[in-house]
Amino acid sequence: MRAILYVLTAFGVMGLAIWAYDQNQQTQEAMRDLRRLRAEIRSVTESLSVQRAEWAYLNRPQRLRELAEMNFARLGLMPMEGARFGQIDEIPYPALIAAEVSP
Amino acid sequence: MIRIPLRPLARILDARAQGMNPDRIERENLRLRREQMRDQGRRKAEWRILFLAALFFAGYAVIGAKMGMLAASPVIEPEPYAGEGISGDRADVLDRNGRILATNLVTHSLYAELRYMIDGARAAHELARIFPDLDETRLAQRLTDPNRRFDWIRARLSPEQAQAAHDIGEPGLLLGPRDMRLYPNGTLAAHVLGGTTYGAQGVTAAEINGVAGIELAQNTRLSDPDLAAVPMALTLDLGVQAIVEEVMASGMAMLHANGGSVIVMDAQTGEVVALASAPTFDPNDRPAPPVTLDEQAESPLFNRATQGLYELGSVMKAFAVAQALDLGLVSPSTVIDIRGPLRYGRFEITDFHNLGASMSVADVFIESSNIGTARIAQMIGVERQREFLGRLGLLEAIPFDLPEGRSARPQFDPRWSELSMVTISYGHGLSMTPLHLASAYATLVNGGLRVHPTLSRRSEATVGERVISEETSQIMRSLMRGVVTQGTASLGEVAGYLPGGKTGTANKPNPHGGYYEDRTIATFAGAFPMNDPRYVFVVTMDEPEEISTSESRRTAGWTVVPVAAEIVRRIAPVLGLRPQDTAAVDAALSLR
Repeated sequence: MRAILYVLTAFGVMGLAIWAYDQNQQTQEAMRDLRRLRAEIRSVTESLSVQRAEWAYLNRPQRLRELAEMNFARLGLMPMEGARFGQIDEIPYPALIAAEVSP
Repeated sequence: MIRIPLRPLARILDARAQGMNPDRIERENLRLRREQMRDQGRRKAEWRILFLAALFFAGYAVIGAKMGMLAASPVIEPEPYAGEGISGDRADVLDRNGRILATNLVTHSLYAELRYMIDGARAAHELARIFPDLDETRLAQRLTDPNRRFDWIRARLSPEQAQAAHDIGEPGLLLGPRDMRLYPNGTLAAHVLGGTTYGAQGVTAAEINGVAGIELAQNTRLSDPDLAAVPMALTLDLGVQAIVEEVMASGMAMLHANGGSVIVMDAQTGEVVALASAPTFDPNDRPAPPVTLDEQAESPLFNRATQGLYELGSVMKAFAVAQALDLGLVSPSTVIDIRGPLRYGRFEITDFHNLGASMSVADVFIESSNIGTARIAQMIGVERQREFLGRLGLLEAIPFDLPEGRSARPQFDPRWSELSMVTISYGHGLSMTPLHLASAYATLVNGGLRVHPTLSRRSEATVGERVISEETSQIMRSLMRGVVTQGTASLGEVAGYLPGGKTGTANKPNPHGGYYEDRTIATFAGAFPMNDPRYVFVVTMDEPEEISTSESRRTAGWTVVPVAAEIVRRIAPVLGLRPQDTAAVDAALSLR
């Protein structure tokens, strides 16, 4: 009876050792993963900021103004004026909707 | 412990004498003893459970505390290059709509680690082909020097240059990441943004430090690594700023002006929507700072809107008139004697042209009579005038968000004599920055509340202290509108947006004493729309001259007023203001 107990304990210790080793490996793997992810985040953040800077540079008011002037014949873009404000009832709603609403 | 005997003799004898069974006594005592033992055991077990619970509690508390600490501590930005303690991280600066004003861009720096260097001479030859300005022989000398270990080649490379340097294939040539501050809009809002320079420099990063403008004022905030990912929003509106600078530049070219400044500010909150100073510069490539004092005022780095102290002329009349109205000394229809000239010792006050013998207060303001304003100032008196200008914030430097101008203290004669009082009332003898003027005008038109100009978004509107009454402010709005509809700023009308204001043309002081006859600073300060002012503007120009007709004109009405009108016409719709029925509003505004 006692011998069985000893054998079981020994197996138990071995089992725990294997488990601990496995946990250790998993932790290290997770840490490696974390480092890789962090590097990835860093590089993605960097390229994001480059894209944002590029976007801001391409949308700088001076360039947009020049583009609007260059393409005036095609687009006819003019500076915003007060006369552009309209009234809500100036919007031509399709007659269809009105017909559906009225019973 | 005293052990109670199970069969105490005395009780047994008693019991026997009474004919009872003595065994019951024994059983009774046995029961009591067992109960005692059971209680003891229970106490012990309870204590053990408590101990165990405490142990578990402590364990979980430690875990919990650690989790809490992890959650509360700032997130460490993943840094594969950590170790040097130098960070080039810097938060973005945005305008009020989230458009980028300043951002960081990662470029490359190029350096040589000589212990990895295989063929220094060849590397130098190849590098000289990429960078034509490098001296090949000297570089080859440095790269083959056995006593050297490290050498900087370039601090900033374009991506193409970095690729070319990489393609040399020399293991001793290394590329390090290098943050660069980028202002994608070029010269736009240059004076607000300021600029940056490199601080401590390492292989993998270089510190970026602000040298002027908001970059310097907020350097700690912007370079805080914990806040690097949180952009800082300013009150500027990029679209409005672009329009203001465009109109200003073309206006200055047309009027041959030396310089100028524009401020557009929210009349209630003091949020500065646009702030421009001309000539301007590119913050991506800041010019060298001026050395002498003369150069300083001419330098494009000089911020005319917040640093430049000017005697702004007739725009100051608004303060004398507003105070007299507020004190109840006059009403808009009170008639003032404007026969001149007015003499103070050997000093003589005249009007720009003869305006007659008498005028109402409203006309004194609208027609801009020096003599009339001087008379009004005489009614107010020295003490009250000084106190009023102080309450408007015109005698102190403004604690503004830009470091340039925090020391711009208005200049005046500290004795504040009778003569100072009179000259200050029409705009000479007290020099201030256009920003001072903008904040004081905001007070005049917004219902009389003090306004503190700011560039940082405020979460809630702060209500300033009252300077003049709501009624006085109402009258001032009508008077300022009158200047545009019938006075000196008739070229300033913008259909639908009802601008109003006051013009000022001040002769520039000659550094050798007196004033120049033919050099002026022209100012138009005002607000729009005048029935409910949303924005205050101040436009100034240095030595403008209108020469489209045969005679040359330098007065504000012919120079800055059309420029200001164009600015209002262009920015009002962008600011989301709807045009109003001008005639109807004017009828409501006009003084009865």
